[in-house]
Amino acid sequence: MTKEYNLTIDGQKIIAQEGTSILDAALENDIFIPHLCHHPDLKPEGACRLCGVEIDGGRMVMSCLSTVGEGIDVKTDSSEIRQARTIAMELLIADHHMDCLACAAANDCALLDISAYLGIQPDRLERLRPSDKGLPIDESNPFFQFDPNKCVVCGICVRTCNEIVGLGALGFINRGFKTVIGTFGNKPFTESICESCGECVVRCPVGALAPKTPKFAAREVQTTCVYCGVGCGIYLGVAGDKIVNVRADRERPTNEGSLCVKGRYGFNFINHPDRLTKPLIKKDGEFVEAEWDEALELIASKFVQSKGDKFAALASAKCTNEENYLIQKFTRAVMETNTVDHCARL
Amino acid sequence: MTNSIAEIDNAGTLFVIGANTTNAHPVIGQRMRRASQNGAKLIVANPKEIDLVRAADYFIQHRPGSDTVLLMGMCRYIIEEGLHDQEFIADHCENFEDFQESLDAYTPEFVEEITGVPWEQVAIVARTFATNKPSAIFYAMGITQHTHGTDNVMAVANLALITGQIGKPSTGVNPLRGQNNVQGACDMGGLPNVYPGYQNVTIPENKAKFEKIWGGELSAEIGLTHTEIFDAIYDGEITALYLVGENPLLTEANAKHVREALEKLDFFVVQDLFISETAQYADVILPAASFAEKNGTFTNTERRVQRVRAALSPQGESKPDWWITSQIAQKMGEPGFDFSQPSEIMEEIASLTPIYGGISYERIEEVGLQWPCRDADDPGTQYLHKGKFARPNGKGQFVPLEYKKSAEIADDEYPLILTTDRSLYHYHSATMTRRVAGLEELDSNEWLKLSPDDAAQFGIEDGEWVEVYSRRGKIKVRAQVTDICPTGVCSMTFHFHESPTNEITNPALDPVAKIPETKVTAVRVEKI
Repeated sequence: MTKEYNLTIDGQKIIAQEGTSILDAALENDIFIPHLCHHPDLKPEGACRLCGVEIDGGRMVMSCLSTVGEGIDVKTDSSEIRQARTIAMELLIADHHMDCLACAAANDCALLDISAYLGIQPDRLERLRPSDKGLPIDESNPFFQFDPNKCVVCGICVRTCNEIVGLGALGFINRGFKTVIGTFGNKPFTESICESCGECVVRCPVGALAPKTPKFAAREVQTTCVYCGVGCGIYLGVAGDKIVNVRADRERPTNEGSLCVKGRYGFNFINHPDRLTKPLIKKDGEFVEAEWDEALELIASKFVQSKGDKFAALASAKCTNEENYLIQKFTRAVMETNTVDHCARL
Repeated sequence: MTNSIAEIDNAGTLFVIGANTTNAHPVIGQRMRRASQNGAKLIVANPKEIDLVRAADYFIQHRPGSDTVLLMGMCRYIIEEGLHDQEFIADHCENFEDFQESLDAYTPEFVEEITGVPWEQVAIVARTFATNKPSAIFYAMGITQHTHGTDNVMAVANLALITGQIGKPSTGVNPLRGQNNVQGACDMGGLPNVYPGYQNVTIPENKAKFEKIWGGELSAEIGLTHTEIFDAIYDGEITALYLVGENPLLTEANAKHVREALEKLDFFVVQDLFISETAQYADVILPAASFAEKNGTFTNTERRVQRVRAALSPQGESKPDWWITSQIAQKMGEPGFDFSQPSEIMEEIASLTPIYGGISYERIEEVGLQWPCRDADDPGTQYLHKGKFARPNGKGQFVPLEYKKSAEIADDEYPLILTTDRSLYHYHSATMTRRVAGLEELDSNEWLKLSPDDAAQFGIEDGEWVEVYSRRGKIKVRAQVTDICPTGVCSMTFHFHESPTNEITNPALDPVAKIPETKVTAVRVEKI
């Protein structure tokens, strides 16, 4: 059994497991502590300096890097804490390209949430604001873009690519104020080892890494990815009669929230204009649209004459279990042959 | 897979042979790289320096077609050094003595000569696999698509048996199944020799069981396999073909032969989302609903039966494949196809398929269930062969193996070996992925990848168009000079109809599995 500790956060009595960070313990108990570089999937970094708290009235510690202990008394707010956070936050935002209405992170932006919490004053920001960085936006990847002017250098993307994807396509480039996130040699994403999986994009707390596809769907449907045999759990985002995005299912043991480029972004074939929408019958060498009844009657009349060794069926590794079951049942029970196979060997 | 995907996290050693996981099973590839970072030893054996090698502790670059020799060499070293699991072998296996004798042929000199791998490297990965447990083996079509593919799989199993690395968490023999539901298509009896749940068609009791439920008399004769079907069509024996959601003109070895066969059919029905290269030859094309427009289940590579749910109405007048097949049967006046929804079909599957006996839609709502799942109380099976093997006496059988050459080897006329591969950005014949503009942008054409040495020898510049000849034909493709290919080996995917790789691959079959040898084709490359 993991040890449990009793502690107090802002006067609230809390029980937390040994090894839990103070930040996680607070968040799990619906106590907000501002944080930008923390992500539940990643190891703590302590880079943004926003999650400072006071323990037992002593000095300020970063709550993401400090673990819970028996009987400790945590304060998440005081004038000293607020001052330290405000300075850290103002410096972060002063350097941030503000374009909120047009930003992909519009109503899901950690910077806006924290600014509101701290009451950041726009006029003070203008005084601090350096000249516009004017860095070029990397639009090389067809599925997402990277705007370094919006980046707060929290490093979540770098850690995601290291810790989740295991790839390490991203890193910090330059030092101090000039620090940016980039690929090896700061080349466009598509000229790097990036595999376009989008794991960094879904974790970006601001609008720096942003999908080019619409972010919001009217409804979601839980299902299973259609591409490879891993069988990742996904949610298809639907708007009207179109699939507009895909999100990973974090509860599915197969992928636990991860996806690849095909699973996350490869859905536009579904609504593609090339989709067949009517049965086609070849007449004089040309395909002619037909009604279902005509097509089915024709097939039934031909298949009736083709039973036994004259018939073969190829089932499909793309179709469902139920469909494959019916195809082999049809072949065996109706067409009187066991010649049914599929592309398992290819 | 005998084991589960999540067990990768806790493996001591991951041995990945003949699988390009970061391209073909990317999320498993991610998990392997994470495991490697967290301390697992990652061994990659592949003729090419695939991306996963960057995360590997050991890279074995053996020659195409030499897998059995490499694996038997590892077995020999493990036994010579006394690193085998003698207790496991004694308690759970049989035929060890015959197997051990067969290892005499795999001397270090012989293994080095055939694989091109120094014996010291074979030894260190063998030692790592045998000692840094739990150890798991992962393979894909680099192991199976050979005329001796069955031997390769047996060799993999031998390695797992001598080290006792099966039937426990984070061990196992783990074939990575390629397509979303290739596991399910096999489970459902989409194979010429078995009914659903691998119940052999030649066993009278099985036949009687299905006859009773389905009605009518069933054939006791094993049918033809994929590649054999096209031979029989070519020879005029099969005259009607019902093809659902496949594109063999791009995916079957020696595709020219497939095309010539399709032209001979009297009646050819295709069900698909698009007019594929293959569908051009159809007499009737039926519009199928996509996975986003229908309900059902897929079974993944770890045997997990998972739900597929409709998010949209079918496009136009397209229909789910289950509906179409049912309608054809009903039009023919046949009973047993009167289903109103897929859950009813699953009920029939569960009633006839012991390994799916406990599967129902209610039970698989959230995360699915892994077969065998025999009844409503069975929680499913995380890993296979726990305590005993699925053979009548419960014992794992060692198989002595002799080295067999590939059907084609490099010679003066065809001096290079072509091996096939997959792109991260495309899927099989790419009817879906090439209709996703972003994926097409990221990877828009075929490349013949070949080594700098070979490029220099044949006077080929990076990026230029070349012709690739095999004994079956030629194709045009652009060359990419890269050191991921060793000298003498070149590689192509098979996603692009403009450069249809399978026009030239070798359709020679493994005698047991009937799988074509698309991983070893002798070719010649010429400037245009």
